[in-house]
Amino acid sequence: MATKKFKCELCGYIHEGDKAPASCPKCGAGADAFTEIVEAGAEAPAKKKGIDTSSNTYTILYASAMVILVAFLLAFTSIVLKPTQDANVENDTKGQILTSLNMDIKANGFNVAKQFESVQDMLWKDGQLVPYEGKFLSSYAGAIKEGELHVFVTEVEGETKYILPVSGRGLWGSLWGYVSLNADKKTIFGTYFYHSSETAGLGARLGERWFQEQFNGKPLFAGESTDAVAIKVVKAGSASAETEVNGITGATLTGNGIDAMVREGLTNYLDFINQ
Amino acid sequence: MSKLFSEENRAAFSKPLNLDNPVVIQVLGICSALAVTSQLAPAIVMGLSVTVITAFANVIISLIRKTIPNRIRIIVQLVVVAALVTIVSELLKAYVYDVSVQLSVYVGLIITNCILMGRLEAFAMQNAPWPSFLDGIGNGLGYAWVLVVLGFVRELFGFGTLLGFQIIPQSWYVENGGWYMNNGMMVMPAMSLIIVGCIIWAHRSLNKEEK
Repeated sequence: MATKKFKCELCGYIHEGDKAPASCPKCGAGADAFTEIVEAGAEAPAKKKGIDTSSNTYTILYASAMVILVAFLLAFTSIVLKPTQDANVENDTKGQILTSLNMDIKANGFNVAKQFESVQDMLWKDGQLVPYEGKFLSSYAGAIKEGELHVFVTEVEGETKYILPVSGRGLWGSLWGYVSLNADKKTIFGTYFYHSSETAGLGARLGERWFQEQFNGKPLFAGESTDAVAIKVVKAGSASAETEVNGITGATLTGNGIDAMVREGLTNYLDFINQ
Repeated sequence: MSKLFSEENRAAFSKPLNLDNPVVIQVLGICSALAVTSQLAPAIVMGLSVTVITAFANVIISLIRKTIPNRIRIIVQLVVVAALVTIVSELLKAYVYDVSVQLSVYVGLIITNCILMGRLEAFAMQNAPWPSFLDGIGNGLGYAWVLVVLGFVRELFGFGTLLGFQIIPQSWYVENGGWYMNNGMMVMPAMSLIIVGCIIWAHRSLNKEEK
């Protein structure tokens, strides 16, 4: 008697014998998960109707048609949605900048675009602030790399605030943020940080307000000297000096990334800060 | 109508929730179960996204199953899933920007979830669209409940919160003069493997007779 073949529907394991095994040795499923495989030879003649779906021509045509169709579909979706997405991204960036001023942009009735009208986009160039004429940027990583130093100037409750964009690398991807300084440019007024792909629940918590608010009121420099930015992110729970900020439990590497980003980011602006 | 909810169709929906669960029985999708469950909210969103995408990918593959050339069927399945995920993520970015920022990498991760490919290959390729749809929803929810249990345990004991709300009273904590400390282990991805192990253990002992 010829052996029959039985296939486990769950994991694809093939058993040879007269009947299905009591349980699948690969995934542990019961006998009812098995179905008998009818030999291909027995089935083939009955299948010969319509197009032969296993011929080379058909396969190539099918693949080409599928790729073209999907490409058009995706391109179409992308083009249709692009303006809405860009507007969202721009609005989101403005919201991030305003958040670094400790504004609650999620509050009821808060209009980011309207509030942002009072913020001036300036450039620090040749020792002075000049107005920025170009299109509003949604990401400052490139600008910083090219030495184009943006400074946002605004007033909160009658006092001038400066917002400096910073960018860096975390554990898995890029980090960015905005640090707002008080009028004296020596103490932090507020911060906002975000990330592209830090670990959820660990590194990603740098995007939460409790972490960012730890920077509020911190001095940039230790002591009288203003040569080197001293603000530092240290291991969670070990902040002691005035310029130290607690990191996030379980996210030491992301913490190091924020540490480097803030310190190097502000160092770029040292001339402006010491002006 | 009765045909729509025949016993077979109901089984396609209900089996993956319990006796044929993708995570605790088939041990699929473990990777994302470790990655996104340190807090409850992303676990819920991930569970729901996978449910929606599995269901629709199942329906599409089931509709075209008779035309797919056998030799490139996995590629066809992959293209369908990837296209769906891309479209969903574009739509999220355009209309619910906040949610898309929160999900960030998870939406992309859905493509690599083995539950999806597993269901397309094992079920949708052989079944009609409606049972395939039910199967997709069932498997998605079967995956989602395990994620929710993991997220619940890990956020409660790892952070003392649920969905961001403080559950364990502040006054219990050591730093406030109490006796309680958050369990740092819970925050680590490794801990969810141990919790998945416990869920499988409990699940097997509860369902001993039905095996």
